[in-house]
Amino acid sequence: MMGGRRLEGRIALISGALRGIGRAIAECLAAEGATVILTDLDADGDAEPQAALAAIPDAVYIRLDATDEAGWQAARAQVERLFGHIDILVNNVGADLTGKVQDLTLDDWRRLMALNVDSVFLGTKTFQPLLAKGGASTPYGSSIINISSIMGLVGMSEVSAYSASKGAVRLFTKSNALEFADAGVPIRVNSVHPGFVETPLLHKGMERWAARDGNVTAQQLVDAMAQTTPIKRLAQPVEIGRVVAFLASDDSSYMTGSEVVVDGGWTAR
Amino acid sequence: MSTPFALSGTVSLVTGATGGIGRAAVKALADAGSKVIASDIAADASVAGATEYRRLDVTDEAAWEKLIAGIAANHGRLDILVNNAGISVTNSIAGTSLAEWRKCQAVNVEGVFLGTRAAAELLRRSGTDRKGGSSIVNLSSVGGIRGAAYMAAYCTSKGAVRLFTKSAAAEYAALSWPIRVNSVHPGGIDTEMMDTIYARYVETGLFPDEETARAIVSAGHALGRMGEPDEIAAGIVFLSAPGASFMTGSELVIDGGMTAR
Repeated sequence: MMGGRRLEGRIALISGALRGIGRAIAECLAAEGATVILTDLDADGDAEPQAALAAIPDAVYIRLDATDEAGWQAARAQVERLFGHIDILVNNVGADLTGKVQDLTLDDWRRLMALNVDSVFLGTKTFQPLLAKGGASTPYGSSIINISSIMGLVGMSEVSAYSASKGAVRLFTKSNALEFADAGVPIRVNSVHPGFVETPLLHKGMERWAARDGNVTAQQLVDAMAQTTPIKRLAQPVEIGRVVAFLASDDSSYMTGSEVVVDGGWTAR
Repeated sequence: MSTPFALSGTVSLVTGATGGIGRAAVKALADAGSKVIASDIAADASVAGATEYRRLDVTDEAAWEKLIAGIAANHGRLDILVNNAGISVTNSIAGTSLAEWRKCQAVNVEGVFLGTRAAAELLRRSGTDRKGGSSIVNLSSVGGIRGAAYMAAYCTSKGAVRLFTKSAAAEYAALSWPIRVNSVHPGGIDTEMMDTIYARYVETGLFPDEETARAIVSAGHALGRMGEPDEIAAGIVFLSAPGASFMTGSELVIDGGMTAR
């Protein structure tokens, strides 16, 4: 059961897989034996796709704008051609947005919702048939893991749009889990709620926050996050990746509609 | 990433180890490479996978001290404590005696408090040289999240375990002690405890017969089936392994979708 290759023979698709948490998830799933399909939206000339493909054996990269339905459909066609089905879908892609409510523009809001919420809907909707196919041939079905956040559980000032998007992911997950279970579709659906994770996205977000604030540096904000986390450090991306690997595996066979909080104790108090 | 889910070199203690989930937890921890001390109220018992069996009444403060001292002397360390011992009460509030109520709180809540307090120092020492630190896993229940008719005493106790877990996690983090504390919340699992609950549902008149009780409880899970003890044990192993190194104060709900709606 705990042999270390718990995902041998499984096919996994991860959105937002080139950087940070997504990249770590891809590596953790691959380390457990899965064949991974990485999707992300690299700019022309980015070295990241090649670096990721070099680091992960047998990985496939598909360039995908996760807010674009036609893009998802093209990705599905390509995956169907290559593998015929998938066993694991990790809806990881997302962005952050901070700022006072009165300063947020409707365009900013919609862009965030598109990337954090539409992407989960589209990924799930588009790949559901291939997941159902994969799930029919494994003992406990296939697995969708949606990356929400502790900000999908609790609020924080100047994080309202992000919180709203992650709260949406939390409940979309539960309704989806029930829908598939009720219909006998062999797909489990669970959400993961990371606390503060040391990623490029976090650092960039804090740089923007610091620029807006003017009285604080990005590093001070990052340090404050670590200090206000009960275990007094940020998570490393691999610590999220390993939790996703558990939820992707048959070890979590009786889990669906659950939320796994990985936050170093942040929401425990 | 070598073995983020392996437990080689660790020592574990499981309470309530002769019950359905307890036995599965001992076996799964042992399969992952841990040396497991099984304990329960019986004078003696054989538990597959366990290195040894020790009698323990989890409500007995002195017995806890003695058992932990013995583990320290014999094994030199303790990395994983699974506070699994628990009993159910299925009764109307009106029909629940104070003695019945107190016994439920004593086993399910005091047992977790006493075990955590007794083992913390040894867990702290052992956690310093292990990736992810030491791990306490407390067995709560979906009954610690949602109420249920005729389960008031049980749900009260499991709600207490849920919040004790979070407070213990916060405390050890505040002290910078390398002990993670998380709770597991099983749905209805095929065990003797569930059989007892079905029988009591019938005795209290909530359901006409045990088959009906079982069918209705089973249907309460979105997956449409009861869980297996192994499916809880896998969650316990996961929380105890280095792979869960950023998880503390969390609740792992393994309920086949029961509480998703």
